[in-house]
Amino acid sequence: MPLTNKVANGTKKWRADVYVTLKPVVNDPQGLAVREGLHMLGYDEVGMVRVGKYIQLWLDAEEEAQAETRVNEMCDKLLANPVIEQYRFNLVEQPAEGSE
Amino acid sequence: MRFAVITFPGSNGDHDALKAIELGLKQPVESVWYRETDLSRFDCVLIPGGFSYGDYLRAGAIARFAPIMEAVADFAKMGGPVLGMCNGFQVLTEAGLLPGALLPNASLQFRSQWVYARVERSDTPWTSGIDEGTVLRLPIAHGGGRYFADPETLARLEDRGQVIFRYTNASGNPVPDANPNGSVNAIAGICNEQRNVVGLMPHPERAYDPIIGGDDGLKVLTSVLELGIATAAGR
Repeated sequence: MPLTNKVANGTKKWRADVYVTLKPVVNDPQGLAVREGLHMLGYDEVGMVRVGKYIQLWLDAEEEAQAETRVNEMCDKLLANPVIEQYRFNLVEQPAEGSE
Repeated sequence: MRFAVITFPGSNGDHDALKAIELGLKQPVESVWYRETDLSRFDCVLIPGGFSYGDYLRAGAIARFAPIMEAVADFAKMGGPVLGMCNGFQVLTEAGLLPGALLPNASLQFRSQWVYARVERSDTPWTSGIDEGTVLRLPIAHGGGRYFADPETLARLEDRGQVIFRYTNASGNPVPDANPNGSVNAIAGICNEQRNVVGLMPHPERAYDPIIGGDDGLKVLTSVLELGIATAAGR
């Protein structure tokens, strides 16, 4: 059986992998603390550490462009705070339920 | 004056605020559940401290979408006095009712202690009864109180006198040691452009009686009463 990710109503399933990070201008004490820890372990080659968030979400959309628009909105409205954070994401098409 | 205290799931300063108004100010006050949508029966609105929605994602990020927040935004737009304390300040920034954002403390530690905050401006409903330069002794209890705004926003805030409270030592000097969280420009509290919405990280509602450690918070909470009296007299 050919793999198809079209579900009955014509939409596809997508997974968005969203990365939310602090803007470069924002001081990240958590990153500094992690860097300190790495240095104490002897990893002197580590210059900078920034700690961010990784969010996965699953959604239905007919086309990738539509999924992209929706996830952009979600990031702007809730997942990231534009005052302090920036984001990027990848969309991965998911196999339809019931398919191998 | 009729006070509203908003309660979100995870608020824990709401009862402090209710008691401060009831016992400290002896004014009528009601708890308003986050699912409510009407604030028209109130003269002022307090957004209390705590951990609304467990501080998930970012402090205040999810409370911002609670049904009552639309009413808070309308109330603020019409010029009604709104005070956000601690988590309430975080909620107001997330909602875009106040500029900037609050980040994890520079020390990465939760700080629960008494601090000094200097009143920078008297031209808000929440500081109208306090002389500019007055140093208040207030408690803080937060892990994410490091105020941040980009340089342009910060310059605008300072130019327009929107910085209302600044961390200082007891004699009113903003020395680095007096800043408990690494806030930019030692900012402890700000107001919006219309000056009716004020947010601060310290807890005036936890300082309404010497028996609980201090009563400087009353100066903030009673300021708004003078406005009420002035409004009533003007009617």
